[in-house]
Amino acid sequence: MTARHFRHRRDLGHRRSVLWVAALVHRLSGLALAVFLPLHFLTLGLVLDGEARLESFLRWSDQPLVKLAESGLVFLLLVHMFGGLRLLVIENLDWHDGQKQLATIAAAASAVIAFIFLVRVF
Amino acid sequence: MNVRLYVWQRGTAALMVPLVLVHVAVIFYATRKGMSAADILGRTRGSIAWASFYGVFVVAAAIHAAIGVRNILTEWSPLDDRRAGIFAIVFGIVLLLLGLRAVTAVVLP
Amino acid sequence: MTATLEVSLWRGGAEGRYQVYEVPLRENQTVLDVVTWVQRNVDATLSYRFACRVGMCGSCAMTVNGRPRWTCRTHVSKVAAGGRLQIGPLENLPVIKDLAADMRPFFEKWQQAKGVFAPSKTRADAIEEIRPDGPARTAADDAIECINCGVCYAACDTVRWNSDYLGPAALTRAWSLVNDQRDAGNTARLQAVAASGGCHACHSHQSCQEHCPQALNPTAAIAGLKRRTMAAYLKGEIT
Repeated sequence: MTARHFRHRRDLGHRRSVLWVAALVHRLSGLALAVFLPLHFLTLGLVLDGEARLESFLRWSDQPLVKLAESGLVFLLLVHMFGGLRLLVIENLDWHDGQKQLATIAAAASAVIAFIFLVRVF
Repeated sequence: MNVRLYVWQRGTAALMVPLVLVHVAVIFYATRKGMSAADILGRTRGSIAWASFYGVFVVAAAIHAAIGVRNILTEWSPLDDRRAGIFAIVFGIVLLLLGLRAVTAVVLP
Repeated sequence: MTATLEVSLWRGGAEGRYQVYEVPLRENQTVLDVVTWVQRNVDATLSYRFACRVGMCGSCAMTVNGRPRWTCRTHVSKVAAGGRLQIGPLENLPVIKDLAADMRPFFEKWQQAKGVFAPSKTRADAIEEIRPDGPARTAADDAIECINCGVCYAACDTVRWNSDYLGPAALTRAWSLVNDQRDAGNTARLQAVAASGGCHACHSHQSCQEHCPQALNPTAAIAGLKRRTMAAYLKGEIT
């Protein structure tokens, strides 16, 4: 029934809205975490082949690029959780305006914590 | 997405909020200390507490991620609801099995 | 030499193209004025829809430079970037011809969401006493001014991605009825909006709220429906 038959010049006006971006970040971070999790579980499972296997992985992960990626993962986890928390509040408590501000705060807090992680591991 | 899937997805989400916060704290602690595999396993092996914590986390994450993936597939892929649901269930089972295997690996004494 | 405006209008049905017209630019001009000028002075075969032209009926809703708006309440000076306008029919709906979209799917979903009052009393019963400032009536009043213009439906990405999704307007009406203490149809209504494509499909983008010319907030109404359906589901009243 839904039809987007005709093409028109897309004014990205409401595509650039903060809340639309927040929803996209939430979805993409969830997807990235879903892809990451099996790899994470397989890595931990290396212990089944002996402690040394996990130890050599931890050594390998000591390099700067990996640490950067880990900070990225921390960011993804936090931004997904904080964004989701904002939704849980919308859906279970009374409506409050200011959703754009809350979404921005969620993203900023996640970035700050991930940055602190990055600084600490270097 | 219907009310049944919604309840399971939001329910696991709410459950995981404190679990994620603890997990991030654990990550910060472990990386600060520069813990080796031996250090980590020294704490997790034989621990009912860690087994329970991460066991619950894995189950919740598997359910939550599977439903999320189903949503993405129904909205952004050409798959119909039935096929998307099957893919999601398979994905959830894979996560559950790999996750419980990982938990077992680090808590087995 | 009068200044002119370059206007692209969608011509055709599902297949078609944009056709460019030059329209005299006036000091106070709405997008509806522009479309009307083209139809009366250049091409009488242009199809478009309007009625009140004073922002009460919602019939003139179209896509203006990519956003759904009431054309009678959109001043050209506010939207014509660089003297150019692009106008098409409302998105997310089949096209009948040119600027007129087929509103039938929109209204069918209204029915599917049980957006219809179900009476609980007869004329022999006493009139229901409703406090206007009670929480339920306030919630219903906040949601009730919808005139079915379709702007929210056209703005919604979830409608675009999910053909089953009932959409913000239908769900907002369902919410206003859920809060009507005279209504007797709430179990069936909650069941209808709890099904696939119902309120749980909403991702809270708030595009509906951002675009609604009546300043309604379907995202909030849908959040209310999520609470009510979840409670009903957990109590076993719906499946």
